[in-house]
Amino acid sequence: MPDRQPAQPIMEQTGNGHASAPVDTDEVLLEIKDLKTHFFLDQGVVHALEGVDFTVNRGQTIGLVGESGCGKSVTARSILSIVPSPGRIVQGEILFHRAPTADRPGETVDMAQLNPKGSLARSIRGGDISMVFQEPMTSLSPVHTIGAQIIEAISLHRDCSQEEATEITVEMLRRVNLPQPEGVLKRYPHELSGGMRQRVMIAMALSCQPSLLIADEPTTALDVTTQAQILTLMQELQKEFGMAIIFITHDLGVIAQMVDYVVVMYLGEVVEMADVNSIFYAPKHPYTRSLLHSIPKLGRKSVAGLTSRLTAIHGVVPDPYSIPKGCPYHPRCHDAVRGVCDTDNPTLHTLPGNHKVRCVLYDD
Amino acid sequence: MLLYIVRRILFMIPTLAAISILSFAIIQLPPGDFLTSYAAQLSQEGDLVDEAELEALAQRYGLGQPVYVQYWKWIKGIATKGDWGQSMEWQKPVAELIWERLALTVVLSMSALLVSWFIAIPIGVYSATNQYSILDYSMTAFSFIGLGVPGFLLALIVLYLAHSQLDMNVGGLFSEEYMLAPWSWAKIMDMLAHIWVPMLIVAISSTAGNIRITRANLLDELNKPYVETARAKGVKETKLIWKYPVRVAMNPFFSTVGWSLASLISGTTLVAMVLSLQTTGPMLLRSLTAQDMYLAGTFLFMLSTLTIIGTLISDVLLAIVDPRIRLEQ
Repeated sequence: MPDRQPAQPIMEQTGNGHASAPVDTDEVLLEIKDLKTHFFLDQGVVHALEGVDFTVNRGQTIGLVGESGCGKSVTARSILSIVPSPGRIVQGEILFHRAPTADRPGETVDMAQLNPKGSLARSIRGGDISMVFQEPMTSLSPVHTIGAQIIEAISLHRDCSQEEATEITVEMLRRVNLPQPEGVLKRYPHELSGGMRQRVMIAMALSCQPSLLIADEPTTALDVTTQAQILTLMQELQKEFGMAIIFITHDLGVIAQMVDYVVVMYLGEVVEMADVNSIFYAPKHPYTRSLLHSIPKLGRKSVAGLTSRLTAIHGVVPDPYSIPKGCPYHPRCHDAVRGVCDTDNPTLHTLPGNHKVRCVLYDD
Repeated sequence: MLLYIVRRILFMIPTLAAISILSFAIIQLPPGDFLTSYAAQLSQEGDLVDEAELEALAQRYGLGQPVYVQYWKWIKGIATKGDWGQSMEWQKPVAELIWERLALTVVLSMSALLVSWFIAIPIGVYSATNQYSILDYSMTAFSFIGLGVPGFLLALIVLYLAHSQLDMNVGGLFSEEYMLAPWSWAKIMDMLAHIWVPMLIVAISSTAGNIRITRANLLDELNKPYVETARAKGVKETKLIWKYPVRVAMNPFFSTVGWSLASLISGTTLVAMVLSLQTTGPMLLRSLTAQDMYLAGTFLFMLSTLTIIGTLISDVLLAIVDPRIRLEQ
């Protein structure tokens, strides 16, 4: 375990902190290997994740894309080991390479093996990995002040007094461009707008300087103007704090703007992953291509070339209790090969340029 | 906030006046009055009805006069002299009669209320956080039984069991020697020794309901995103549950505190009658059947006052515990 000693200095920041040392983006921060998370319901077992593999480097921004119900949010919750009951991680590894601090060396922790309620899991949660949720309107406790909620996070993970925690909180609120941060401290969530609340959530998530931030559709509930502001803010903060981000969204526009590397998921599996340019300019998997096709564009004709109606992906995501045999995408796929795609689920092939795709079309 | 409270108190005055008029009028509605039932009672027992005595009583209470005159006399006495009138049945001033009973009732009901909450909240929280566990099912079964069995039946069972098995008399709030004795340290100790049985009986029936309320409210809150936010922060699970969802789930409790204030006086009537407790419930019932108008009027007036004050307390409490409720416009 101790063989993995991150090279860069410890991120040490005070309330008035500015950019820390440059982050070595070649160094692996999080490795997810063959992750399977299932939900054991009365009606049957839902295979929310069926073997997810991907890697996040330090300071990298990963985009997790897919339709609703493809397992994006469950992946995020598995990483934090907060999968809601009756869900459980049944297989796989989530190796998190923890940076060393003043009082302990760097270490590698398998989040999948930890007791979710244990102290190690809790110290990583919110401290090393934090999360911004989709619903800013309901993600903050309605009966506690903004200040109390952020200060709680800081006191849990940082060794500091109440006054210092308050100072850091004010500084964080200033950093996310909230006007009059001292005033916001004493406010309740319902007194703020959705965009302001999402800024508060970001401030809270970053208050302990995590090395990984998971943003689960952070802008879905906001209007476009606010959305753009929040995205810009996140980019700025990433530059300043140097954390890696896993950006979960179904908005490909956001992906294009925000991320370095894209992981496309379908029904609990990774179907394709590559750097952002390869995904947008040379998508391989039929599902990725359909996703890109369904982006509305001014002046573009549909696949049929006649009308200017929106192109949708044919069919719907299958019922989670009856996943089709073979490649789960084959019933909706235009390029499905009968006798092949409906019998075996292909493995992930690596193409040149570290482009990975799960499709028989790219079999050797 | 202060302005709001003052305004609410000012609004209470006309409401109270209206309620007092109404309750006084209602007492007068049934045919006959106290004297008629008094005379009927006397003749039933074979006594001679002394017309002169009845006449004297009627004169004294102004019974022959219109209702509004009677009401006015009564309310003026309260406002100016703190005189709540005379109980005709007990032949004593109302004020003298009710205070001791009122104090006993408040002690009994309040302690039952507190005990019930102290039992119900932890059990409800456990039931919700361990939904469909064996303990949750047994607690659910217990609460349905508790909800289904009326308090007086429970009182009867306890009374019977205590008498037949333990040869104990659990009725009443005092031993015989203290029943009419003036208040002393020994009397208080005697009361404490007696009060816990009726208190538990009263508490159990409301505990069942409170468990269900806590469980249902908490189940609603447990899946809210803010709970997940707290979990993602790394807050300890037990602390998290009590600090966030339980805190929000308790809000309905605060909004119903007001109603329990009035039921402090009238709520335990049946149990009190079975266990022969010297509380206000049985006295209120008796005063209504005997048309003892000043006594009944006083009780009704107090009940409505307590309801109004209770509502105000609830509103203020709720505004304190739930910042989303704003008092100022």
